[in-house]
Amino acid sequence: MSGIAGFFAMGGYAEFVWPAYGVALVVLAGLTAHSWRRYRQSVLAVERLQRTRPSR
Amino acid sequence: MINWVANPARFTRLSARAMPWCGWGAAAVTAAGLYWSLVLAPPDYQQGDTVRIMFIHVPAAWMALTVYLFLAVASAVALVWRHPLAEIAARAAAPIGAAFTLICLATGSLWGRPMWGAWWVWDARLTSVLVLFFLYLGYITLVNAFDDPARGGKTGSLLALVGVVNLPIIKFSVDWWNTLHQPASVMRIGGPRIDIAMLVPLVIMAVGFLLLFLTLLMLRMRTILNERKAMALRLNAEAPGPRSVQERAMVVHPGAG
Repeated sequence: MSGIAGFFAMGGYAEFVWPAYGVALVVLAGLTAHSWRRYRQSVLAVERLQRTRPSR
Repeated sequence: MINWVANPARFTRLSARAMPWCGWGAAAVTAAGLYWSLVLAPPDYQQGDTVRIMFIHVPAAWMALTVYLFLAVASAVALVWRHPLAEIAARAAAPIGAAFTLICLATGSLWGRPMWGAWWVWDARLTSVLVLFFLYLGYITLVNAFDDPARGGKTGSLLALVGVVNLPIIKFSVDWWNTLHQPASVMRIGGPRIDIAMLVPLVIMAVGFLLLFLTLLMLRMRTILNERKAMALRLNAEAPGPRSVQERAMVVHPGAG
C-alpha cells in the first residue's frame, strides 16, 4: 500500500491511531466551543443588565 | 479593596490583548504538530504506526499534570492570600485539566490494546491517572455545590491541595512499582532517550496544547468575571432603595457601620 490509502491504513493500526486523534479533536473542540458559548452569554448578560440599569 | 477591583480589571485588559495571539498560535502550532506527527515522523521499529498515538497521549499527560499543579498553586494563593483572581483561575483551569486527563486516558487505552493486548490494566500508573481525573471532577462538583461562590471556592481549594500528593505518585509510579507502562523517556535524568525525529513533533504538540490551555484559561476566567459582575448587577437591581443609601453613607464615612 502506498500514497493516500497507505496513509489512512496506518500500517494496519488505523482502528487505534485515528480514534486516538479523533478523541483529542472532539474533546478539545467541544471544550473550546463550550467555553466560547459561555463567554458570549456572559458578555450579553452584563450588557443587558447595564442597559436596563446604567451604572452610576 | 483596591486590589479586589484593580487586578481583575487589569487582567481583563491584558487578557484581551494576549488571547488572540495565544489562540491563533495554538491553532498554527498544533496544525504543524499534526502534520509532523502523522506524516513526517517515522513509524517505530517495534510499535509501527501506533507510536503516533504518543504525540497526543504524552503531551496530554504532561498537560494533565501541569494543569493540576496550576490548580493547586492557584488554590493555595486563594486560601492564603484570599486573592479573588486566584480562585477564579483555579475554577477556570479545572475543566481544561479534566479534558486533557480524559484524552490521556482514552488515547492510552487505544495504544494499550494493540501493544499490551488490553484496553485497561489496574496498574499504578493508569490507576493514579484515573484518580487524577476523579480529583478534577470532584473539584468541579465541589466548587459548584455551594450557593455562595466563596464557600465553594474554599472547599474546592482544600480538595485541590490534598490531591497534590497524587502528582509525585503519578510521576514516579513507573519507577516505584512493577508496571506495564514504560518508564519516562523524555523527562528523565540524563536527558531524553527518544529519537530526534519523534522528539520534535512531541515537543511541538506539547507547545500547541500549552497555548490552547492558556487561551481557554483566559477565556474561562473572563467568563467567570462577567458572570459575577452580572450577579452583582442583578442583586443591586433587586434591592435598590435603602441599600444604596447605606452604601452612600459608607462612602461618606468610611469605616462607619
